[in-house]
Formats: sequence, C-alpha cells, structure tokens
Amino acid sequence: MHNKLKSIHYHIMLLPAMIFLVIFTIKPLLGSVLAFKKLNPVKGIWGSEWVGLYNFKVIFDIPNIDRILYNTVFIAVMKIIAQLIIPLAFALILNEVRKLWFKRFVQTVVYLPYFLSWVILAGIFRDIFAMDGVINKISGTIFGTEPVMFLGSNLVFPFLMVGTETWKNFGFNAIIYLAALTNISPNLYEACDIDGGNRWKQLLHITMPGIKITIVLLATLSLQSVLNAGFEQILNFYNPLVYESGDILDTYIYRMGLQNNQFEMATALGLVKSAVGFILILIAQKLAGKFAGYRIF
Amino acid sequence: MLTKYNKKVNIPNIIIYIILLLIVFTSLFPVINTIAISFSNSSKASAGVVTIYPIGFNLDSYKKILQETMFFNAFWISVKRVVLVTAMSFIITVLAAYPLSKEKKEFRSRDIYMWILVFTMMFGPGLIPSFLNIKDLHLLGSLWALVLPNLVGQFLIILVVNFFRSLPKELDDSSSIDGAGPWQKLFKIYLPLAIPILATITLFIIVGQWNAFFDGLIYMNKTSQYPLQTYIQQMVITIDPLKFLAQGGDISKIGATVSNRTLNAAKLVVTMVPVLVIYPYLQKYFVKGIMLGSVKE
Repeated sequence: MHNKLKSIHYHIMLLPAMIFLVIFTIKPLLGSVLAFKKLNPVKGIWGSEWVGLYNFKVIFDIPNIDRILYNTVFIAVMKIIAQLIIPLAFALILNEVRKLWFKRFVQTVVYLPYFLSWVILAGIFRDIFAMDGVINKISGTIFGTEPVMFLGSNLVFPFLMVGTETWKNFGFNAIIYLAALTNISPNLYEACDIDGGNRWKQLLHITMPGIKITIVLLATLSLQSVLNAGFEQILNFYNPLVYESGDILDTYIYRMGLQNNQFEMATALGLVKSAVGFILILIAQKLAGKFAGYRIF
Repeated sequence: MLTKYNKKVNIPNIIIYIILLLIVFTSLFPVINTIAISFSNSSKASAGVVTIYPIGFNLDSYKKILQETMFFNAFWISVKRVVLVTAMSFIITVLAAYPLSKEKKEFRSRDIYMWILVFTMMFGPGLIPSFLNIKDLHLLGSLWALVLPNLVGQFLIILVVNFFRSLPKELDDSSSIDGAGPWQKLFKIYLPLAIPILATITLFIIVGQWNAFFDGLIYMNKTSQYPLQTYIQQMVITIDPLKFLAQGGDISKIGATVSNRTLNAAKLVVTMVPVLVIYPYLQKYFVKGIMLGSVKE
C-alpha cells in the first residue's frame, strides 16, 4: 500500500516529460504514416487518403538515389574510421607526456572546437578554404600552386567533411581513451621497465591490451552511425557544385521535403532511414553488450 | 624509475612535444585566424594574407555590428531560447530521472517509462512529420517552436538516472525512516549530491541550444524571427557575397575599410563569445560529467 502511494508521486514526477514527449516526439512519430498516404492539405495527415506503398516506389525512381546512398555511407564510414583512429593516436601520444601542466594545456585547447557550432565552423572553414583564402594563399606563396576551389571540388569535398569533423571532435573523443589509459596500473609499466622493455614494447604489451576493450566498445557502437554522415555539417558546407559527392540522405530529404514540398516521398525516405538506423542501433548495442559488457542503463 | 628511463632516451620526448604543439596549433588556428581577420584592415583581409595576427588593426567591423539591429535581435532571441529551454528542461529532467532511478520493485511502471524514453531516442520522428506537427500546432514563427520540442532530452535523463543509481542505497533507506516523502528526498537529499552531474547537463543544454540553427531555419518564417545561429547561417554562409552585392545589398554603405570578410569574421567571433566565456566550466564539468554519467551499477 505504501508503495502504491509512492508510485502516484513517481507518475506525477514523470508527467511533464511524458506530456512533451507525446506532443513533440510520439505524435510526429505516428505522423510518419504519411509515408503511406497522399497529403491532403485541408484534412491534414490523419484525414489524408491511403496510397499503400506508392511513395516508396517513388524513392526508387529518384535519379541519383544510388549516388546519394553511396555518399551517405562513404562519408559516414570514413568518419567512423578516422574518429576511431585519430583520437586513439592522440590519446596514446598525450599519455606519454609526464608534465601534468602541459597535458592539461593540450587538453584544454583541443576540446574547444567540439563546443562550436557547425554554422560557425563552416563560416570559418569556408573562408579558410576559399579561392582567395589563407590556405590557397600560403600554398601559392610557398609552392607556387594555382588556387584550388576546395569547396567546389567533388574530389576534395567528402574528405574535407571527414577532415573537419575529425578535427572538431578528436579531442573530445579522446576523453574515453584517456580515462581507460589512467586505469592501467602503473605497476605494469614498472615491471616492464625492470624487465628492460622499451617504450614501444610497453605500448604493445601493456597499453594496447589495457584499452582493447574500450576500442572494441567504441568500434561496435560506431556501427550505429553508418547512415549519419553529418547533416548539420554538410548542410552548412555544400553547394550545388558538390551535390554529386556531398549530397546525403538527410540533405536530400530536406531539399525534397521542405524546399520542393514533396512531403510524402521525403517522409517515406526518412522513415526508411530511421528504420534501418534503428536496426543498426540494436545490432550495435547487442554487439557492444556481448564484446564489451556495455549497456545503456 | 620512469624518469631514469626518460633521461636515457630523450629524442622521442622532443618529438612527442613537437607533435602535440602542432596539434594544438591546428586546433586553434581556424579560430585565431577568424579573430585576426575580424580586427584587420579589409583590403588585407580580402587579399587572404591575414594569418594569426591582425594586419592593419581596427575595430570597424565591430562598430558596424553595433549598428545592425537585426544581429542583436537574433542574439536576443537566442538568449531567450537558451534561458527558457535550460530552466524548463532542467526541471523536467530532474523530475523524470528520480523515479526512473528506483528499483522495479519500488516503482513497477519504471520499465515501461524507460522503454518509451529509449525507444524514442533510437527511433526519432522524421523531419517532415516534425515540421507538419509544428505547423498543425500553429507554432511556426513562434519562439515556442524553438523551445517546447527541446525540453525532453532522453540522453540527459539517462545520464542523471545513472548518477542517482550510483549513490549509496542507504541514503534512501535512512531518510525513509525519518518520514521523508519522494519529493523531500529528491530535493533535500538527491539534488545537493548531484550538483556535478546537474552542472554537466545544464551546460549540455546551454551549448546545444545556443548552437542550434536548423529548427530556426525551418520553423521560423522571416529573418526577424531567427535565432543567432540561423541568422549567421543565412547571412554569412548561404548568401554569396557577390550575389548580395549584385542585388544591391548594403555592402556599399559599409565603407572602404570593412569588407564582407572582416564583418563576417566579426559576426562569427561575437557568436562564439558566449561559448568561449563558459568554456572553462564546460571543460571542467563535461569531462567529469561524462565519467560520472557512465558509472554503472
């Protein structure tokens, strides 16, 4: 009885969160049925007519759908790989530093870009990589190269996205590695020292095995972002010149849905993406639980 | 022991420090470059010769910003948005986290609520259904469209749940004997202990809301309703300076010493300032909070 009384208080505490979740998340989630309808602007989603799988058939008729899908996965996977390796390499190098103040100084600086928005960073990088920007200027002065239109080049654009995102996040992503590194017992290093092991041997036989589980965890969890190539970033960087190499599912959905008013097709494509993304998350969580004992709560 | 070893091999140490200093430089250069440009003479800035210090130091672009009412209007909208979301979301998060941190035997519906939170986190509504939802609610163009959909952060709730669970259980039992109800327990016992994680989620919310631009772009009808990041995105990034000029933009009024480049840089710098101001706290609590939140039973 006592518990039941307490439960009422618990329900009340959860009420505000649930109200907003229902209105702004669950209701539009149910609104995804628009994918199976033809929108009637007067009657709204709920009163619109069902059209079965018609909108999904339209997806297959999108002229560049394979290109868009390829761009999405290519950029996302490149980002995953870069963001696993670079933060790890950085953490390993930083871990070699014995002077604490220097370590702190480096950390303080490299975390900064993580907190800046893509709007600001795109503004900054578009200027730096512009035809008359500082990169072209410097390379022109030193190497005598012709100015390159980095942001208009399909060859460069995907790598610029991978590079700038890795640049933004590597410091922050290294936090987890650094935490794992501090958990390795110093005794192990001392023992290795006595046995005459050098720095390289320590890295190979103590450090790497010590953070193996963290690497495995991050690698499996990163599976869930295979379809997330970075919407906010690309939206701020791309232009029609690089649609061929930079247009991804999210940017396409945005352009078709809100700029061309093809609500139904964009909803259908978004739903497919969400569903596949959901399956990827489930698989990633399962694998992470199996290989690294991870669970979300 | 390690120092003795370090003395023996000094060359790798120097290399490590050089690499780290290069990394520090790479992380800072884009930001410093932008600051330098914002204070530079416009013709030098246009020529792309400004690197890490201003050339022809002047404050013209900042003086120009002071005259732009639209900029301050957008700034003020962002401030309002940050304050509203932070205050409301903080309360909602804390209230929701407390009951969810209880054992199932204490609160039987716990798992259902948790399941709803996790599911909506993994399977969010698509862009188009969300947009139509805001439209149906007649919130397009309203500040509330930037506030209400952002109040429930499932991830933040889970962070706080994990923290509450890491607290010793005896805390709860002893206060039950004293006759404290759930509300007293939450506010008198749990909240004071949770200050580090609460600081973390508050900073998460502040930065997230300050940096958000996309909802402003799709939910607002005109420039005067834009939050700062959306305003910057439209002014600095989307608009091609040449086109702007050709369309009779007011660049000509700016005068000879302020190019678009220096003015844009100054706008980016002002937009960055709030993040830079709270950065020391961000640094301190983010790292701490991430570690605290990841504590599992």
